[in-house]
Amino acid sequence: MSRVFIAGLGAVSPAGWNVAALSEALNKGQPLPAQPIARPGWKQPLRARLVPHPSVPPQFLAHPRLRRTSPITHYAAAAALESVARLRANQNGKRRLGVVVCVQSGCVNYSCRFLAEVLKDPATASPVLFPETVYAGPASHVATLLGEVSLTYTLVGDSACFLQGVAVAAQWLADNRVDACVVVGSEESDWIIADALRHLDRPAVLAGGAGALCLCRDSKLSAGAELVAITDPHTYSARVNRERAACAVRGQLGIGSSEELLCDGIGNSPRLDAAERNAWQDWRGARLSPKRVLGEGLIAGGAWQCVAACEAVASGRFTAANVSLVGSNQQAIGARFVCAAAGPMDLPAGASAASASP
Amino acid sequence: MLFPISPPLAAPPRVVITGAGIVTALGIGWKPNAEGFRAGRRAFRPVSLFDVSRQRVKTAAEVDLPVTLPPTHLSARQVSRLDRAGAMLLLAAHEASQQAELQPDGDLPMVLGTTAGGMSLGEAYFRQATQSPCRYRQQPSRALHYQPQVQARMVRDALGVGGSITIISNACASGSNAIGHAWDSIRRGQTQCALAGGYDALSELVFAGFATLQSLSPTVCRPFDAQRDGLALGEGAAVLALESLEHASRRNAIILGELIGYATSIDQHHLTQPHPQGNTALAVMKQACEVASVVPEEVDYINAHGTGTPLNDIAEAIAISHWAGSRAATLPVSSTKASIGHLLGAAGAAGAVACLMALREQWLPSQAVFETPDSACNFLVVHESQDAKVDVALSNAFGFGGVNATLLMRRWA
Repeated sequence: MSRVFIAGLGAVSPAGWNVAALSEALNKGQPLPAQPIARPGWKQPLRARLVPHPSVPPQFLAHPRLRRTSPITHYAAAAALESVARLRANQNGKRRLGVVVCVQSGCVNYSCRFLAEVLKDPATASPVLFPETVYAGPASHVATLLGEVSLTYTLVGDSACFLQGVAVAAQWLADNRVDACVVVGSEESDWIIADALRHLDRPAVLAGGAGALCLCRDSKLSAGAELVAITDPHTYSARVNRERAACAVRGQLGIGSSEELLCDGIGNSPRLDAAERNAWQDWRGARLSPKRVLGEGLIAGGAWQCVAACEAVASGRFTAANVSLVGSNQQAIGARFVCAAAGPMDLPAGASAASASP
Repeated sequence: MLFPISPPLAAPPRVVITGAGIVTALGIGWKPNAEGFRAGRRAFRPVSLFDVSRQRVKTAAEVDLPVTLPPTHLSARQVSRLDRAGAMLLLAAHEASQQAELQPDGDLPMVLGTTAGGMSLGEAYFRQATQSPCRYRQQPSRALHYQPQVQARMVRDALGVGGSITIISNACASGSNAIGHAWDSIRRGQTQCALAGGYDALSELVFAGFATLQSLSPTVCRPFDAQRDGLALGEGAAVLALESLEHASRRNAIILGELIGYATSIDQHHLTQPHPQGNTALAVMKQACEVASVVPEEVDYINAHGTGTPLNDIAEAIAISHWAGSRAATLPVSSTKASIGHLLGAAGAAGAVACLMALREQWLPSQAVFETPDSACNFLVVHESQDAKVDVALSNAFGFGGVNATLLMRRWA
């Protein structure tokens, strides 16, 4: 059996531009303040939890490929770079990297801007915007930024799709097609997504950002967490509703002990949370619900759950952490991470901050 | 479980194709498309789906959708929620599953490639939200059904099957990646069968996008021609039913062909331009052939990515020439995009179906327009209808963002 270790984590969230900021916000447990987001044609703005502007622009934005990119790429790049910082610090020779970027809404900022320009006058619509509207754009930029990337996928789906991405990465590692693989879930906030969310899940507050896991086979590169299980994808259908899918995930992850953490996707939506709440109602261990603090991050939200789970076991606070991702309209998938001894070559002080932090 | 991953099988199973569905501007289904590809028929006309009066280019390969869709497990209400892209996907998936005679009620994983999903619904949402900001009619449905995974779920429910849905969006390589991903899954023993392919419908945003990049041909799309001046957009869907040979044999399925090789990689040269020497295209062609234990001399036909843009075609021509070596001089190559336009997320899958047709019916897909060979093309561009012995065919697909993919198929005799 091929073992898969977590070589590093990365996060950009309404809490800030790294995992430390995410962890601090989750530890406090207080919902972060929402900001107004102007909605065309309305006097009242919508509300969203936006990623704060960095006090200093991240260094990587100077890369020529990122000059004209939108926030979804900035978030994905920052999270990816943070997740590989430890790997890079311990690098011996060339390493084949894989990149899997998972999105639900994708590049909506530029899509809206470009469509608005097209509707106004297609002759003057900006050619700079269009390439950045493509789902595959962020993955391409991240791959270029990381270098040494031999395989790239962009997966589209609901929040549970992030674990499909992790499974693809684990498969590439098992097949020895890559030596390490970065899996990123990234979303950007836009009025149109906040507006759509209002139709589909009224209590939810949209959030932007990204989360990233860097996976590797080499236990020496472990940052303290190991992936031990990803359940089947329990896809919703005429026969399988969300509740049944959530219960199937619970069934595959097992009962768990009271010393374990459950990182769930429960927010503030009684209707949408019901399936997951029911599936895990008898959970006796600790529970972390990042969505309550950060908001509805779509696939970034799924990534934050995984990052928080890995961070919890890597820091030694829990021996194991289960992740329950019950997506909004595609599938439910779960995962389990356990504590693994961190590799002997620890990240030199400041290496993470140098590469990813603003 | 998706993880832990089962140990690799001692000998990966052979993967065969037992069903193929295709929807393009040439028609719905195998027959009109086979006839059109064989004859090198062009299927372009003035765009009627949205306003192009202010665009420099005003044509595309639009699909004529049937008034009614085939009977499925979907209710009339559900069918009414399908957008153009979803309807084309349903038609192609239905044809593939019918041809394969796959039994419903089982698990049939679906791997699909798309670049735009339900973009036309997204556009409609944007228009209404900005032009009538207090009118909400149909907006919840649009917000839901523009998402590719929801379109895929609809199609899966229509066919009455269960199983996972994977949506790969590697731009114009998406369809090939989806087929290759399904092929990988079957070879690893993770599933016995799958539906895989790609789909994309024409949309105003995408049409205008290529127009702003000056990528659309103001004349006619003529890949590998020295006078080529751009691509032409199309729309459609193509889906293959893939199975392990053992699974297909057990149920006495008619085998249409064998998928023998797949490779994918990324070209980091530029977001929208290929490496001028086609380095990654060359690499994926080589890798796919290595996996299949096939040498260029054994390849009888290449369905090229061949968009008709100056940069793509020269990079691909260089890659094919390097890869084929001395075989290049006699190697038949064509791009079916000259007939049906660039299907974006469906392009690689449609190319794969064109290869399957060539293998099955023993002719070469003819490129609709080709007059003056580009000096970089030292291979034969097929531009006249001709019968041929085709035992192995190769399909290329390259995408924005740099993902390149190659599929290799063998005739099932």
